[in-house]
Amino acid sequence: MAILLLADHDNTTLSDQTAKALTAAAQIGGEIDILIAGKNASDAAAQAAKLAGVRSVIVAEADALEHRLAEPTAALIVALAEGYDTILSPATSTGKNVLPRVAALLDVMQISEVTEVVAADTFKRPIYAGNAIEVVQSTEAKRVLTIRTASFAAAGAAAAEAPVRSVEEAASGDLSRFVENILSQSDRPDLSAAKIIVSGGRALGSDQTFRDVLNPVADKLGAAVGASRAAVDAGYAPNDLQVGQTGKVVAPDLYIACGISGAIQHLAGMKDSKIIVAINTDAEAPIFQVADYGIVGDLFEVLPEMARQL
Amino acid sequence: MKVLVPVKRVIDHNVKIRVKADGSGVDLANVKMSINPFDEIAVEEAVRLKESGAASEVVAVSVGPAQAQDVLRTALAMGADRAILITAETAVEPLAVAKILKGVVEAEEPGLVILGKQAIDDDCNQTGQMLAALLGWSQGTFASGIALGDGNAKVTREVDGGLQVIEINLPAIVTADLRLNEPRYASLPNIMKAKKKPLETKSPEDFGASIARRLTVLRVEEPATRQAGVKVGNVAELLDKLKNEAGVI
Ligand SMILES: Cc1cc2nc3c(=O)[nH]c(=O)nc-3n(C[C@H](O)[C@H](O)[C@H](O)COP(=O)(O)OP(=O)(O)OC[C@H]3O[C@@H](n4cnc5c(N)ncnc54)[C@H](O)[C@@H]3O)c2cc1C
Ligand SMILES: Nc1ncnc2c1ncn2[C@@H]1O[C@H](COP(=O)(O)O)[C@@H](O)[C@H]1O
Repeated sequence: MAILLLADHDNTTLSDQTAKALTAAAQIGGEIDILIAGKNASDAAAQAAKLAGVRSVIVAEADALEHRLAEPTAALIVALAEGYDTILSPATSTGKNVLPRVAALLDVMQISEVTEVVAADTFKRPIYAGNAIEVVQSTEAKRVLTIRTASFAAAGAAAAEAPVRSVEEAASGDLSRFVENILSQSDRPDLSAAKIIVSGGRALGSDQTFRDVLNPVADKLGAAVGASRAAVDAGYAPNDLQVGQTGKVVAPDLYIACGISGAIQHLAGMKDSKIIVAINTDAEAPIFQVADYGIVGDLFEVLPEMARQL
Repeated sequence: MKVLVPVKRVIDHNVKIRVKADGSGVDLANVKMSINPFDEIAVEEAVRLKESGAASEVVAVSVGPAQAQDVLRTALAMGADRAILITAETAVEPLAVAKILKGVVEAEEPGLVILGKQAIDDDCNQTGQMLAALLGWSQGTFASGIALGDGNAKVTREVDGGLQVIEINLPAIVTADLRLNEPRYASLPNIMKAKKKPLETKSPEDFGASIARRLTVLRVEEPATRQAGVKVGNVAELLDKLKNEAGVI
């Protein structure tokens, strides 16, 4: 049994999503190799080598892999696949883009967004926006999985570093080219790693008020800022802040939902948070059905008051 | 250029589903079914490409039961030119759907296939990527913008850190994210017209594809439910509870 884990990184930094997917891999059991596909990625590789439970780190560096475009990254994994019976990655935008392509090239079904390892061939995953949990078994020659990282703790550090070796890129026929990244700049913790998230909905009214009202509270709490789809669609917040069925899935210690009604698609992304707080003018809003603590009130009064008292 | 749009019939996104007591699945009896929301966005994008002159024909295709005709009629009412229903009475996995679609692509030879990024029932987010793999085509997934060029397309993608722009060779697979466009409502005259547009019915075997399942669903469970907590009167009380009762700040 050997497992290949496609790492999530930006060439210099390994994201903690990799360490979380590693925990899932360890629960499946077997020798685990981490694949760093990138360019000038020795820093990310060195960080991967320090994670506990890693047999080796495999590095493939090429122009086409710098941004982990789907076609060359999938071709690389398929070229390495023979030595592995499980191939997995965190369910990040890269993992979700690349792994189904790998699965089809290997002629196996993928199991998406695994939240629990039941056995080496059996997994739990949410369906219908998390309103049902499917227990699914794969008896195929290889298993291809994406891991919902909010459900797994990050693996720790190793006593000894794992060996790092290089492999060549695999030919994939120049099908696509990277043009640019337009990434949001923020000094706040990343949504997927934050212990506390302050999240805003349509009620915030504009991008200016979204920042003016949420940021002081988030600053005091050292929190990340999230948003509902309505807030993102209206342009109050960038798309990468969206929490939900089609945004990020988060499970912080504390999630504060401000002016968010609690549609099932939003709940799908945050209902596994340890403590949920809801602030909403409508006492009947569905968000109160999942909130541990609720304040029925105007967020434009409640949040500034919170910032003052914190 | 012809554009192919695969559309899936799924439970309406407003319906709260129920897990069957025996764990065999989700209760779909007498539940409102609709076109998958992402596929509606894909249809809209294809129709806009036709209206702008970039596309010559829009073909909608669905794999599903006879009732999936309804979602194909929705696509036709939005402006698709014709539709193909590939009948399958049981739920078909993404890999098998992709294999059927590969056959449709080989028969229809579109320059672009626009799928939804994810079906809101199985939440798989796989089919478009799998179809791209099987065809050996490029893929632009989670698209919030498509700009067609000469033999290629610039696709703006919603990624974890923000947005990413890539250029992909045509023919290509694109999967639609929520902010690609806002789908139109079909007008009553267009709904009437859609009834007369061509809709042919085929079977998976016509495309040499098997729909035998690869994965075994052992059971479907109810998710852990949360209890509603308490309402607090003011901010001071809230902060006190967060500090001293929950211990999270
Ligand atoms: C396929 C699909 C996928 C989707 N994916 C997602 C997703 O990933 N994430 C997501 O969030 N949504 C998603 N949605 C959208 C979802 O269905 C809801 O439309 C959305 O979550 C609503 O956002 P909201 O709660 O901010 O807005 P609304 O539902 O409009 O709620 C606003 C709330 O603010 C309250 N309010 C108003 N004024 C104040 C005030 N002054 N103070 C306090 N409260 C106030 C109101 O009482 C109301 O409850 C998806 C929908 C579909 C169809
Ligand atoms: N049975 C089907 N018929 C037509 N299109 C489908 C079907 N299943 C999936 N698709 C397409 O593939 C996309 C992604 O589905 P999935 O991989 O199941 O999440 C959907 O948005 C549809 O565009």
